[in-house]
Amino acid sequence: MKNENLYNYILGIADNSLILGQRMGELCGHGPTLETDIACTNISLDLFGQVRSYFQYAAKIAGDGRTEDDIAMLRKEREYKNVLLAEQPNTNFAYTIARHFLFDVYHFSFLNELQKSSDLTLSAIANKCIKEVSYHERFSSDWVKRLGDGTEESNQKMQEAINDLWTYTDELFHQTEADKVMVEDGVGVDVTKLKDNYYKSVGELLNKARLNTPESKWFQKGGKIGIHTEHLGYLLADLQYMQRTYPNMEW
Amino acid sequence: MSEDQIKNLEKEFEARIARDEKIEPKDWMPEKYRQTHIRQMSQHAHSEIIGMLPEGNWITRAPSLRRKVALLAKVQDEAGHGLYLYSATETLGISRDQMYEQLHTGKAKYSSIFNYPTLTWADMGAIGWLVDGAAIINQVPLCNTSYGPYARAMIRVCKEESFHQRQGYEIMIKLANGTPEQKEMAQDALNRWWWPSLMMLGPTDDKSVHTAQSMKWKLKRKTNDELRQQFIDQTVPQADLIGLTVPDPDLKWNEERGSYDFGEIDWDEFWQVVKGHGPMNKARMKARVGAWERGQWVRDAAMAHAEKKEERKQKQAV
Repeated sequence: MKNENLYNYILGIADNSLILGQRMGELCGHGPTLETDIACTNISLDLFGQVRSYFQYAAKIAGDGRTEDDIAMLRKEREYKNVLLAEQPNTNFAYTIARHFLFDVYHFSFLNELQKSSDLTLSAIANKCIKEVSYHERFSSDWVKRLGDGTEESNQKMQEAINDLWTYTDELFHQTEADKVMVEDGVGVDVTKLKDNYYKSVGELLNKARLNTPESKWFQKGGKIGIHTEHLGYLLADLQYMQRTYPNMEW
Repeated sequence: MSEDQIKNLEKEFEARIARDEKIEPKDWMPEKYRQTHIRQMSQHAHSEIIGMLPEGNWITRAPSLRRKVALLAKVQDEAGHGLYLYSATETLGISRDQMYEQLHTGKAKYSSIFNYPTLTWADMGAIGWLVDGAAIINQVPLCNTSYGPYARAMIRVCKEESFHQRQGYEIMIKLANGTPEQKEMAQDALNRWWWPSLMMLGPTDDKSVHTAQSMKWKLKRKTNDELRQQFIDQTVPQADLIGLTVPDPDLKWNEERGSYDFGEIDWDEFWQVVKGHGPMNKARMKARVGAWERGQWVRDAAMAHAEKKEERKQKQAV
């Protein structure tokens, strides 16, 4: 492939939306209120819409006839490049909210930079996505505040979820080889530069929500190079089921 | 109020309905009108909410991104319909929590069709095509029903349902024109959903307890049997067009009536499912009640947070 770094770079961005969208989709009809059901489905829809824009572009770059669905559904587990945070399960509503909050703050600042990309397609996609993601961030931040401040039980549950997922935050700011090349070319975002602001905003919001910022300095990594947690395999089994069971068909 | 006064009000009320005027929440209405509307509208809202489950079952496994997005949007529409319908029902003096309570304890019913399982992707097509198709036939007349908030909610609901019906049929077209395996999947889904869809239009007229009163209040404009015939006459040619066979050996065009004759519906099965013994009744209720119970701490937290926020605001004002 002529433009393999760009292709991999796009997958690195899009896989986060794909896996998070899939996780949010699991909740449809099972949320704590009808309004949250609608919001979660809506977020899932936004994320899959983003995935389609990215993968259609990636398919064009690959130029060998592969489609957005081939890219989304026919890779092996080790070929998915999403961060570990995205694949963490919906253990309870606090985990769902914590996962989104920790990702949304990053996602917003990432897209904000990606809008300046020298690649006009990526910049246009970022420009469209950032409007959606600013809503996602508001939704998850508001819920962090509600659950943190609400009752003793909700405060404990929210704190536990933040503590457990904290270990996956540092990976957001790691760079793969493709990332580095793309940054040099003016296409990609230098995520290392987003880190300080990220921890500052997250810390401020947690504080507002009567939650403690975890002090642990032990972080997990690997998602970006395809080494995932055990959760991903099951998620992919669902995601890929139809394409694997009925190969080469149109739906 | 004296009996005479009530009689006068009732007479005036019936006259308004006869003149096709809308009844609004603050208008006087007979208690039975209120209760009948609470029953039907909440049942309709519950059906939308329970209906999210069988289709939600395929969101994570949809075969393509395009289909996944369309299915998500459809299930989201259903949640939206539930929301309008609960709000419209609340205008009759019952809260959403009370309605949930009735659903969760089994006091309120929802459409029995959702007690069947969704086993393959083709079921997403069959539900859109047949179940939403039957729902539209039931619901279009409700856009002119006498109770204003219900009639207005139904206008929007029907627009979206007709989009869903086309979307479902489009899934079936694709399968029916696909590989032999896909066609078989489509035929199997039609076989499983056909009869429950006919049952969805309600018991036969001679067994329907609510029809007469509901016709008078324009809560119903055609009888169950008329609606069923309309559904069959409309759907059979659609099946023919894509080469699928309606699973009824007695189905035959009747030149004289200008309609299809059709076979006997298994009403024992219908009543069995209505009474809670369908394949998925227990699972649907368990999912619904489970989500509600698991969400209790979340709702409590949201309430507590709102109260604290208000308190802090008031303190600041002092």
